Amino acid sequence: MEANEKKFLNDVCKQIRRDIIEAIGSAGNGHVGGSLSIVEVLSVLYYKQMNVDPKNPQMADRDRLVLSKGHAGPALYSTLAEKGFFPREMLKTLNKPGTNLPSHADMLRTPGIDMTAGSLGQGLSAAVGMAVAAKIVKSPATIYAIIGDGESQEGMIWEAAMYANQKKLDNLIVFTDYNNAQISGTIDEVNSLEPLADKWKAFGFEVFDVKNGHDVEEINDAIEAAKKASKPSMIILHTIKGKGVSFAEALGIGCHAMPVPPEKVAEALEELK
Amino acid sequence: MGNTVEMRAIFGKALEEMMAKDDKVCVIDADLARADGTWYLRNIYPDRALDVGIAEANMAGVAAGMTSFGFKPWITTFTAFATRRIADQVAISISYAKRNVKIVGTDPTITAEYNGGTHMSVEDIAIMRAIPGILVFEAVDNEQLRQAMPQLAAYEGPAYVRLSRKMVEDVFDSSYKFDLFKADVMKEGSDVTVIASGIMVKEALEAQEILAKEGISAEIINLHTIKPVDEETIMASVKKTGCVVTAENHSVIGGVYSAISEIMSRKNPLPIVPVAVMDRFGEVGLLPYLKDAMHLNVSDIVEAAKKAVAMKK
Repeated sequence: MEANEKKFLNDVCKQIRRDIIEAIGSAGNGHVGGSLSIVEVLSVLYYKQMNVDPKNPQMADRDRLVLSKGHAGPALYSTLAEKGFFPREMLKTLNKPGTNLPSHADMLRTPGIDMTAGSLGQGLSAAVGMAVAAKIVKSPATIYAIIGDGESQEGMIWEAAMYANQKKLDNLIVFTDYNNAQISGTIDEVNSLEPLADKWKAFGFEVFDVKNGHDVEEINDAIEAAKKASKPSMIILHTIKGKGVSFAEALGIGCHAMPVPPEKVAEALEELK
Repeated sequence: MGNTVEMRAIFGKALEEMMAKDDKVCVIDADLARADGTWYLRNIYPDRALDVGIAEANMAGVAAGMTSFGFKPWITTFTAFATRRIADQVAISISYAKRNVKIVGTDPTITAEYNGGTHMSVEDIAIMRAIPGILVFEAVDNEQLRQAMPQLAAYEGPAYVRLSRKMVEDVFDSSYKFDLFKADVMKEGSDVTVIASGIMVKEALEAQEILAKEGISAEIINLHTIKPVDEETIMASVKKTGCVVTAENHSVIGGVYSAISEIMSRKNPLPIVPVAVMDRFGEVGLLPYLKDAMHLNVSDIVEAAKKAVAMKK
């Protein structure tokens, strides 16, 4: 990746993070940690990889993203607004009465959202369904899904994984946001996923381990390789919950959902200049 | 009316016709295609007759995802698994997201027979009725199902379709005109309204004859679409007769009795007596035994009707 492109994507990430904090700040509180941990993958997807058209969000052969960890809605909303799917001013309506930007991603409310999610474990099945459908209609679309590490404790994730392998879905690329934090503790304390890469390999996936899930170049390289794979792909992103905002990072598992009062918004915006 | 075709064959045939006409219609099974009459479709449409294996939750999610490319999936399994096992997937990935997926449950309550208590959903209608946005339909016989399938397909949105797998007795003939949103008044009467669904319609018709001999005139209504209820037809009948019996192959909680009680308590509170499974699980056995054990016989409807009539005024 060219240096100027990398800088551009990193600038986009900064802007997305500012938007996340401002949106959650205007709501008073929200899912800060898991939103901030997927910013880089979203920017690479929407600014480099995905074939989407903000003017035509329902374009038939568009690439699709299922944000299965639906509580990271604010990260996706900020990315979509930045990309021009809807006006950025709308971000301030997050969770306000009658909003089109609820906590959890909702395809019926927000332009650019491909699947409703929120009840964990369900989104990967929907992505598998999309990939199956794309193959039947011979669409060139690539189907992406982002699942949480905690979410991977849901049995349905593995039902979906098994079927993705059965149907040889080489048009499916899944990311695990491995920030190793869930509400009750670290993933390893609660119910460890390890050995995670081996599990996905055993389920028939081509597995890519991205050591720094906040490095846009590493993420992009993994996606490029995944696109060439003849199987469904799993890209494990080692991330930091609350990434980029020191007070959130410092809270660790405590930043899953947290209040963000105006002085904290100001502090984060200063840091993200 | 001699019937030699199982209901699942009617279901499979109807799907086959839809798949022939519309290349976006697909069926997804969870290892019960042989039981549900959909098995042969994979030989005709290998791309669009899918089987996720024994993974009903994934079946619901895959169906929801396929709608993204315009597909109109029918997902099929036994009633117990189509509802209570995957209630959350049906609620969120299908109904909350307003996906046009038809959810088909076969072997309702006592018709599960030898599969016994574990497979005998007594609560599937209750679950589906309580989820916002799902149409709930129960087929009475082959003729009704044959006519219902295209109307269900034309209905844009999630619907739950409750079917018997096996042989059911004919109730309607080819002169029947089905309307998905209109309850069928099958016999007119003046003393009591009997509102029946599924296998209980046949019982209700027999009860009507017995009651007639005893001087009680029963109006028999088939409520095939349990949500939304055809309030107009039901309330007009209730106003005329002044009391009601409901007859259903389902728990007394959350099914036809509940649906009718909910409307009557708001609009015209009058005596209403249920014939239903009285808040208990099923058990293994054949239909005649199970009808006795669960009190779902013609005689139970007759008794209930007398009780309802006696409660008037």
